[in-house]
Amino acid sequence: MDFLTQIFALAIAAIFVQNFVLARFLGLCPYIGVSKKLDSALGMGMAVIFVMTMASTFTWLIHNYLLVPLNIEFLQTIAFILTIASLVQLVEMVIQKMAPALYKALGVFLPLITTNCAVLGVAILNINEEYSFIFSILNGLFAGLGFTLVLVLMAGIRERLERAELPKSMKGMPIAMIVAGCMALAFLGFSGLKF
Amino acid sequence: MTLIKEFTKGLIKENPVFVMALGLCPTLAVTTSVENAIGMGLAATFVLVSSNIIISLIKNLIPNKIRIPAYIVVIASFVTIVDMVMEAYLPALHKNLGLFIPLIVVNCIILGRAEAFAGKNKLLPSIFDGFGMGFGFTLALIIIGAIRELLGVGELLGFSIMPASYKPMLVAILAPGAFLVMGLLMGLMNLKKKD
Repeated sequence: MDFLTQIFALAIAAIFVQNFVLARFLGLCPYIGVSKKLDSALGMGMAVIFVMTMASTFTWLIHNYLLVPLNIEFLQTIAFILTIASLVQLVEMVIQKMAPALYKALGVFLPLITTNCAVLGVAILNINEEYSFIFSILNGLFAGLGFTLVLVLMAGIRERLERAELPKSMKGMPIAMIVAGCMALAFLGFSGLKF
Repeated sequence: MTLIKEFTKGLIKENPVFVMALGLCPTLAVTTSVENAIGMGLAATFVLVSSNIIISLIKNLIPNKIRIPAYIVVIASFVTIVDMVMEAYLPALHKNLGLFIPLIVVNCIILGRAEAFAGKNKLLPSIFDGFGMGFGFTLALIIIGAIRELLGVGELLGFSIMPASYKPMLVAILAPGAFLVMGLLMGLMNLKKKD
C-alpha cells in the first residue's frame, strides 16, 4: 500500500469504523454534556480536534525520546496526563484571549478536556499501535474529526428533540443515551469496511 | 453513624453512575460481561480509596491553585500500580479491560470525589466515602453487565442461564446495546424517583 492509501484507510478507520465515541466509548462526558446546542458543540469539537492533534504530537515525542531512552515506560500514564493538562491550559488561555464569546459558551467544559478520556485514549492508542510520528499526528487529527462529527450530529438531533413530546422520565440524559444508541447502530454499518 | 452514612450514600442515593452520570466511558465500555464489570469496579474502587486517603492526608500541604494537577498525579500513581499488578497477576482480565485501565486516571468519579470530598474532609470519612462511591460504581457496572451478558449471550459469569432455545441478542454486547441499556435504566431511575 502506498502512503496516501494508508492515510486514507487510517482516516476512514478513525472517523467511521472505530469512531471514538460510538465504537470505542471514549469522550462520552462532553458528548452528552455539550451536545445541547449546535454552536457550542462545534466550538467544543474544534477545541478537541486541536488538543487531540497537539497531544498526539507531544506524547509521541515524549514517549520515544524521553521515556524509552530512560527506560521508564511505566511512567507513561503520569507523563501523558501532565502533558495533556498543560496543553489544555494553553488552549484555554488562547481561546479566552482570542474568542471570549466562545470561551463563555464552552464554560466549564474547557478545563474538562483534561479529563476527556478521548485525548488520553488517543495518546495511549498511538503508542500501543506503534504508529510512526506522522501517523500518530494524523490519527489524533482524524480521531478529533470523528468526535466532532458525532458531537455535531448529536447536537442537531437534540435541538429538535427539545420540541418533541417525551415521557417526563425519559427527558434529558435517558433520551440522549437512546439517541446515541441509534447512532451507534448506524455507525455499526461501517464495520464491514475493510482495506 | 455518620460514617455509615458516608458509605451508604454512594450506593444508591448518590450513585455515581445512575444519579450523577459520572464515569460513563468505562461504564459503557467494559460492561460486556459481569466478570469485566467486577474487575473494572474493584480496580476503580482501589484507586478511589487510596487516592482519597492520600489526598485527605496531604490536603493542607497542597497550594489551592495547583490542587487539581496535584490530585491527578496522586491518582495517576495509583492507576500505574493497579495497571502493573493486574498485568502480572490477572493477565486475561488486563487484556479484556485494555485501554480502560490507564484511563481510570480520567474517570471523573475519582477526581470528582477528590475535589468534592477528600480535599475537604478528614481521613476516616474520606475512606468510607471512597468505599461507598467505589462500591456504588461497581454495583452499577454489575447491573449493566448482567443485563447485557444475559441478553447478549444468555449467560451470567460464564454460566448459561437462558434456555437452549434462546437466540442471543448479539446487539446487546455490541456498542449500541450499551447506550440503549444505559438510557432505559436511567429512565427507570427517573420514574422511580418521581413517586
